[in-house]
Amino acid sequence: MPKKVAMTGNVAVANAMRQINPDVCAAYPITPSTEIVQQFSNFVADGIVDTVLVTVESEHSAMSACIGACAAGGRVMNATSANGLALMWEMLYIASGNRLPIILSCVNRALSAPINIHGDHSDSMGARDSGWIQLYAENAQEAYDNTIMAPRIGEHFDVRLPVMSCMDGFIISHSIENIELLDDKQVKDFIGPYKSNVPTLLDINNPVTMGALHLQDYYIESKRQQHEAMKKAKKVVIDVGKEYGKFSGRTYGLFEEYKLKDADIALVVLNSAAGTAKVVVDELRKQGIKAGLLKPRLFRPFPYLEVANALKNCTAVCVMDRADSFGGAGGPLFTEVRSALYDLPARPLMINKIYGLGGRDLGLEDVRKVYRELVKLAESGKAAKLYEYITVRD
Amino acid sequence: MAVIKLKELSEKEDRLTGGHRMCAGCGAPIVVRQMLLAIDEPVVIANATGCLEVATTIYPYTAWKMPWIHSAFENAAATIAGVESMYRSLKQQKKLPVDKDIKFIAFGGDGGTYDIGLQSLSGALERGHNFMYVCYDNGAYMNTGIQRSSSTPFGADTTTSPAGKAIPGKQQNRKDLTKICVAHNIPYAAQASPHNWKDLMEKTRKAMSLEGAKFMNVIAPCNRGWRTQTNDAIMLSKLAVNTCFWPLYEVEYGVTTVNYAPKKNRRPIVEWLKPQGRFKHLFKPGNEWMLAKFQEYVDDQWRAVVKLHNEAHPADQIDPEEGKTW
Ligand SMILES: Cc1ncc(C[n+]2csc(CCOP(=O)(O)OP(=O)(O)O)c2C)c(N)n1
Repeated sequence: MPKKVAMTGNVAVANAMRQINPDVCAAYPITPSTEIVQQFSNFVADGIVDTVLVTVESEHSAMSACIGACAAGGRVMNATSANGLALMWEMLYIASGNRLPIILSCVNRALSAPINIHGDHSDSMGARDSGWIQLYAENAQEAYDNTIMAPRIGEHFDVRLPVMSCMDGFIISHSIENIELLDDKQVKDFIGPYKSNVPTLLDINNPVTMGALHLQDYYIESKRQQHEAMKKAKKVVIDVGKEYGKFSGRTYGLFEEYKLKDADIALVVLNSAAGTAKVVVDELRKQGIKAGLLKPRLFRPFPYLEVANALKNCTAVCVMDRADSFGGAGGPLFTEVRSALYDLPARPLMINKIYGLGGRDLGLEDVRKVYRELVKLAESGKAAKLYEYITVRD
Repeated sequence: MAVIKLKELSEKEDRLTGGHRMCAGCGAPIVVRQMLLAIDEPVVIANATGCLEVATTIYPYTAWKMPWIHSAFENAAATIAGVESMYRSLKQQKKLPVDKDIKFIAFGGDGGTYDIGLQSLSGALERGHNFMYVCYDNGAYMNTGIQRSSSTPFGADTTTSPAGKAIPGKQQNRKDLTKICVAHNIPYAAQASPHNWKDLMEKTRKAMSLEGAKFMNVIAPCNRGWRTQTNDAIMLSKLAVNTCFWPLYEVEYGVTTVNYAPKKNRRPIVEWLKPQGRFKHLFKPGNEWMLAKFQEYVDDQWRAVVKLHNEAHPADQIDPEEGKTW
């Protein structure tokens, strides 16, 4: 029987890794993801898992070793944050380009400079075009559940892509919550043994050349295949989320809609801030204001048709970004959502707030203010500012 | 270890086929073919970005008759470490697709090894993965058009250390990578050359028979970068050894052995420099100091390695100056 236990987000993810029992894990310490690898090292040291742990000398080598290991034909996991993910950047593309379903737990942290160890999404948003499937989690339970579902999504023969499972650094990674762990056997049965649909490096009877030079005559076809695989991932995410729900009681889709069905105004926000926003939605609903929330779970591939459909009846929408895209037409989530809504016959009015960079707290009052602005926007039809920072000193 | 016989070798299948697109006369494929011929077990290869990688695997073709992976430039050691770790994991769990003893080799050029790949190489050596790293050392970034690396010899004219009016080529001596690898206290590190195929292949076999991380540095002349004739690779690698620019030696569990000491035929460095266009300016009036400095460097390096040999082999002493006739 599944049991409720109190643990941090990091310990929850480490336990998901223990239950997945990957063949190889290659990782390097960086706050706030370090604890995942430390916990997992204990499982290795105590012989609880079969994993060979490769304690590499950098994140670049961590992802390189994951690539070699996965190409050799087995399940591979890894965890990192911020600068670690940035150092891996080159290898992220090589992992997805070689269609290697590596699983990476990204504990979101702000990128340097200035150096900071707290949570924002600049790290994983910087990797949004790297060809990785990206899942986001509001709390430790979702981070745990996403980690368990990740191998089923990435390893699916229609997909074969790496998966990045994200949660907020410190806010979730280091906070203790009550979460429900599945039985080890449930996880084992759910994920099944690792299978490959192409020859692997250790299949010496079928020698394979991996990572060959593709010039003008083949490169774009290779990328096209990646593109198609990414598109197919959406259905797989839905199917796996449903199947997961059957035995865990927690069904997952592409995003969570919170009181959105009849909402006039809505926020779109990722990860832990969604929890704060839900409290405000409840307050507003009591006051008779039709407020709602959309919390994306799957950011890559971005389910733009479904997102547009979910927001189509709103009058005004604010997208909250915990990362900036300097010089862009808004933060990374905003440009995505706004583009998704473009084809609607009647588009909601839209604004974008950049909040919480470097772990700056987003309080209830900050969210209330945003909803109040949305009420005004819905009435007036005119946005004061399209794109601005909040939770910031002036 | 079985003695290597030419007749047996001639009957073995090449694991790197002809028809690859390396330049005519390139030293690197000669090195690779010789080394792979010396190994009987199945081998999985990781190849750093560079000439060898690019020219042997132009999709949809491949010259490799064995499992082979290229992931990036600076990480062949980390990549093969991942492959070898998966092998250990699957072997322990009895999940290998083919349950055989498999060997693991990483190939990288000097740029990918001495410079950008040094960190990942050091990490893999320290962790003691059961693999061999082979640097085919052509003394520059050849694939991108002959830029200087930290292996480029002093004085060489490269596209980023051109022999100009103010600065006559590369002003620094080479980094001694073999020594750096030896400092990792690995079971085996060696230098070899393709002109001495027997020595190269015996070293390869010995390395493969030892558990743990091994390193081999093999000189691989590049006629484009060195500006020589296309049929000079073997002659120049031989001269590199006979001038003591490239001593053949091995360090097995910390014991240094010089495998070849030129006795009567030790040549002055100018004989190796002269046929190479990249050193042409060293022979111009006014640059005599460069030739002298180069010779001095070679002498120092040679004496240092001979000293280590002599300390380790009291009954087999080498006179570093023997055969020096100039
Ligand atoms: C991170 C990165 N930086 C630079 C390059 C460009 N690059 C590709 S091959 C190469 C030179 C390789 O030189 P070397 O390792 O000496 O091998 P060679 O080409 O001489 O065989 C360079 C600089 C790259 N591919 N990746």
